[in-house]
Amino acid sequence: MFDQLSLYLAQPFVQYALIAGVLIALCAALLGVTLVLRRYSFIGDSLSHVAFCAMTVASVLHLLTDFALILPVTMLASVLLLGKGRRAKIKGDAALAMLSVGSLAVGYLIINRFSSSANISADVCGTLFGTTSILTLKPYDVWICVGMSILCILVFVFLYNRIFAVTFDETFAAATGTRVSLIQIGLALIIAAVISLSTHLVGSLLTSALIIFPALSVMRVFKSFRAVVVASAVVSVLCAAGGILASILLSTPVGSTIVAADILVFFGFCLAGRLVRGNT
Amino acid sequence: MPLLQCKNLTVGYDTHAVVSDLNFEVCRGDYLCIIGENGAGKSTLLRTLLHLQPPLGGQIQYGDGLRARQIGYLPQQTAAQKDFPATVYEVVLSGCLGGIGHRFFFGKAERRRVEDMLARLDITHLCDRCFRELSGGQQQRVLLARALCTEGKLLLLDEPTAGLDPMATQNFYDIIEKLNADGRAVIMITHDMKAAVRYASHILHIGGKQLFFGRTADYLNTARGRAFTAANGGQDDV
Ligand SMILES: Nc1ncnc2c1ncn2[C@@H]1O[C@H](COP(=O)(O)OP(=O)(O)OP(=O)(O)O)[C@@H](O)[C@H]1O
Ligand SMILES: [Mg+2]
Repeated sequence: MFDQLSLYLAQPFVQYALIAGVLIALCAALLGVTLVLRRYSFIGDSLSHVAFCAMTVASVLHLLTDFALILPVTMLASVLLLGKGRRAKIKGDAALAMLSVGSLAVGYLIINRFSSSANISADVCGTLFGTTSILTLKPYDVWICVGMSILCILVFVFLYNRIFAVTFDETFAAATGTRVSLIQIGLALIIAAVISLSTHLVGSLLTSALIIFPALSVMRVFKSFRAVVVASAVVSVLCAAGGILASILLSTPVGSTIVAADILVFFGFCLAGRLVRGNT
Repeated sequence: MPLLQCKNLTVGYDTHAVVSDLNFEVCRGDYLCIIGENGAGKSTLLRTLLHLQPPLGGQIQYGDGLRARQIGYLPQQTAAQKDFPATVYEVVLSGCLGGIGHRFFFGKAERRRVEDMLARLDITHLCDRCFRELSGGQQQRVLLARALCTEGKLLLLDEPTAGLDPMATQNFYDIIEKLNADGRAVIMITHDMKAAVRYASHILHIGGKQLFFGRTADYLNTARGRAFTAANGGQDDV
């Protein structure tokens, strides 16, 4: 088993998958904390569906880099949904559900109608679940991931205190002079970038799982914002790395394996939370 | 030049005016109590002063070098969610954010300030507790500490003593009195007429429109002032 593992680890495609997967998981977890705490878990999901829709359009148009279409479209949707915060008047469940389901349906319609590929259902499966794409990355994709995550981490570290203030109490932050809308728009743009990258590389369903699971898991046990941020980053990275290796060894689909690892960890944390509370 | 001056200010929601034609000003070192019945529009006025909602008419002028970030604020209700993971220390520290300007991180000065405020409000022992697991009164103290950590010249407090026990209430009034004596202007909404009469230098009484604005002593000489004070628990020790 270990021989097999080290054999695989020597392969460039496995290394690329590990690097990209871990970095995306890290960014998604960091941003996921603010999304979950602002009660916007569902927005991550809707945005990944928007990205899916843009991706199908891009593939039908045979764009050289489909990323050039996915990124701006997702950013626009993200700023519209997240940029205004609580002051936005339409942010209801219904509007989000419409956007989410709508873009999924339109995306499928486009693929089905206009795709020139022979195996449509494999295409759809690939774009939704990221069946193989993370194992076929090129160095170029990995570099984009690295750049993106450095940007994301820098923004998160430097704006940490402001992100906390805006997430905890938007009104107070605005009253005491934090430029709330600037921070929200900035966050919305980064979230869009991470989501479109991640949809592009690992599939749209996995994306929303990567965003919500780590934060929800660690919130069962940890009670301070800092601990939640750090722990969810660590948990997410471990799950991603473990999931990718497991999927290679067991030849299961990568995305679903990572999500399965996240779910296991979630129940682990639920149990741990029970125990911790039981003891005090 | 006053810190804050309102001219013919009308506040409300969308097209529905709650209070109209407000004319008042707050100068350095003033202690203004806003009083009125439930639903009179006190919180709405405060939120408008903070630019959290647009005025429906009239003007709010900030003077004397007062910028938005020099205002401390205690909301009547916080939007903070039920299961937010945040320790008391983190919450209070976020009050220092306005004071760090364009810096990214907090320094020693801010941390000392927080420790000092925690000690003054007698919540040092809660420092590492999770904010959402505190009692209502404890949460109120934490939010007060956060509001008092702002470095500004002006403090806006919306029913600060709601939920505090008698000792904590007295302690709070003493802290505010000291801050006020140091030159901070205070605008406080309260239903505690005894305290309003005792501590405030000015009174603003609203109800649909401006019913009174002026010095506390003058307010007590008006028929409305005497009636409202008596009806709301009094003035027995003045
Ligand atoms: N978000 C809102 N949208 C529309 N109307 C509102 C809103 N919030 C409050 N109001 C209305 O504005 C009026 C004033 O409310 P406000 O909260 O300012 O009262 P208040 O003087 O602070 O009362 P209290 O003493 O109970 O705190 C009330 O009639 C209320 O119904
Ligand atoms: Mg009120």
